[in-house]
Amino acid sequence: METVSETIRLVPINWYLALSTILFSIGVAGVLLRRNAIVIFMSIELMLNSVNLLLAAFSAYSNNPAGQVFVFFIMVVAAAEVAVGLAILVMIFRNTKSTDINTLSNLKW
Amino acid sequence: MTQLAWLIPIFPLVGFLINALWGKKLSKSASGIAGSAAVLASFVIALGIFLGSHSESFQPVTVKLFDWISAGTLNIPFEFLIDQFALMMLLIVTGIGFLIHVYSIGYMHDDEGFQRFFSYLNLFIFFMLLLVMGNNYLIVFIGWEGVGLCSYLLIGFWYKNQAYNDAAKKAFIMNRIGDLGFLLGLFLMAKTFGTLTFSEVFEASKAYSTDSSMMIAITVLLFIGAIGKSAQLPLYTWLPDAMAGPTPVSALIHAATMVTAGIYLIARSNPLFSAAPFTQNIILVVGLLTAIFAATIGLKQNDIKKVLAYSTVSQLGFMFIALGLGAYTTAFFHVTTHAFFKALLFLGAGSVIHAMGGEQDIRFMGGLKDKIPTTYKTFLIGTIAIAGIPPLAGFFSKDEILAFAFGRSPIIWALGAIASMVTAFYMFRLLFLTFFGEFRGTRHQLEHLHESPASMTVPLMVLAGLSIVGGFMGVPEVLGGSHWLKEYLSPVFGISLSAEAAHLSHTTEYVLMAVAVALAAAMIVYAKSLYVTKGVLPEQNEIDIKGYAKVLYHKYYIDELYDKFIVQPMSAISGFLYRFVEVKFVDGIVNGLGQLAMGIAQNLRLLQTGATGFYIFIMVISIIAALFLQVF
Repeated sequence: METVSETIRLVPINWYLALSTILFSIGVAGVLLRRNAIVIFMSIELMLNSVNLLLAAFSAYSNNPAGQVFVFFIMVVAAAEVAVGLAILVMIFRNTKSTDINTLSNLKW
Repeated sequence: MTQLAWLIPIFPLVGFLINALWGKKLSKSASGIAGSAAVLASFVIALGIFLGSHSESFQPVTVKLFDWISAGTLNIPFEFLIDQFALMMLLIVTGIGFLIHVYSIGYMHDDEGFQRFFSYLNLFIFFMLLLVMGNNYLIVFIGWEGVGLCSYLLIGFWYKNQAYNDAAKKAFIMNRIGDLGFLLGLFLMAKTFGTLTFSEVFEASKAYSTDSSMMIAITVLLFIGAIGKSAQLPLYTWLPDAMAGPTPVSALIHAATMVTAGIYLIARSNPLFSAAPFTQNIILVVGLLTAIFAATIGLKQNDIKKVLAYSTVSQLGFMFIALGLGAYTTAFFHVTTHAFFKALLFLGAGSVIHAMGGEQDIRFMGGLKDKIPTTYKTFLIGTIAIAGIPPLAGFFSKDEILAFAFGRSPIIWALGAIASMVTAFYMFRLLFLTFFGEFRGTRHQLEHLHESPASMTVPLMVLAGLSIVGGFMGVPEVLGGSHWLKEYLSPVFGISLSAEAAHLSHTTEYVLMAVAVALAAAMIVYAKSLYVTKGVLPEQNEIDIKGYAKVLYHKYYIDELYDKFIVQPMSAISGFLYRFVEVKFVDGIVNGLGQLAMGIAQNLRLLQTGATGFYIFIMVISIIAALFLQVF
């Protein structure tokens, strides 16, 4: 394990942090700004994966496998969530013939 | 027998419940019998205890029912006191109450509210019994309030008539004014003496010097309560208006029992009052003024019941004169004799009204003595009794009061004698105008004139008998009697007994008696000459009454005075407070809160746009904000 972490430490941790933050921000911006529901799902996946990346980096840097185990958990949860979310999206599409989230405003006051 | 004492108030209470809950299912006779039997049962028990109280070994009994209030050092149990004074009051209340119940069976026979009437009557008897049997001031107060309530219910019995309802309200409200005084007196006693039980209060009061401000305060407050309940100046105007109720009510409540509650209270508190001669003087003055004032008003009234009402106020004034002079036994003696003849007079008036088909104005009566002889004869006996002609009951009690008055000052005696004279005059005026002369009513009334049924005439006869012999319980030594009443009640009023001796020489007493009787007889002769021989009638039209007579006819304009200076300012203040404080301020706050909630809600509602993108945006913002707050 030591040789892996030594090699990894050649790249400073801040770079991983910055990359992860940028990816996360792009994901947030995608969620807020895009109208297509599928693109929003993709952005959510992007946010989750940015967190995965960071967790793996920390785990490699500190020789602690706990981080990578947690990444497994997150991937499982993400998969389940996508399954359910896409199922809902398919139902919405069947009812409203559109994936535009701005049409889903029936709960208006 | 004293073990059964607790049953005495229970019977009327049960009678009330039976008539109130199942009255509609009972026939009228069953309802009437149930109500009367309840009172009779109480009377029998009271009589039993009374007869046993003559033995040497009789001690006043306290019957404790349960511990009621136990707050810190203040301990008020629910207790009855059966002593000689309570027994005499019990006999009067239940005895005369029973006679009036029987009378009501006949009098209220055609009324659809018959069962309701009997339930109210029984409830009244229950509260009155609580009042006279209580061993502490608080139970007396329960009874006090309860009889006020029943008075309201019974005066406004025919509730469809708005004027009667107003009279009932007036009675209750004026009573309440007096009750405020009573309550304040109760609080003062509880705070100063730490107890409300009679014996303990009297014991504790010995620590105070005569005429100390505490004693004066307590006794004046209790007296204010008595003024309201017993219709003295200035809280008397409810009593004449209370004649709106059925006549048995007037007889029971406003003649024989409820109005004597004030006198009972003061007589029971005699150690307190004997320690405050200042208050006693006030009582004396109020009693004197009331006696004369009300008597003069009675001279010019034309309603048979109103004359009797003012007569009651006046006679109550006499009782207060006696109390003010410290003559407690005498005051109670007059209570008893007055109960007999005033109940008789009221029931007789009811019989006349019944015979005349509802007519109450004496200007439309006359010549009834041959048509309703039993009523006439009993009414005559009552009138002679109230005028103070020996050997009927009124003479002994009234003469004793006047003797005490003379012992204090001849002026007081003179004023009392004047009131007696006026009493004799207006009572015989009433008798002559009602029963003598030509019949002045309509032909329809003449054809329907009939004597009342036995259920009404028998109580009249019993009361007439009592009015004749009732005075013999208090024959003074001057006339060779042993004054049984004074002996019997001496354990109760013993403390004040030393003040009770009038200390008059026998000659003086004979002279006073002779003068009083002569004056009364002179007034009777004068009334007869005016109303029978000359046939003078009261004016048919109000406009024809002039001068002093006009003032008397309008009752010294006291009602108008009260209305102008008390009722209307109160209404004005009340209206002002309603318009500004209630509607604008309080309602403003309450409604304003409602408006505020609505306003906030209306604005917050705009957040619910339903747009998913907007929701996600807000979620993100909130998470960022929460994280920031966490850091800071």
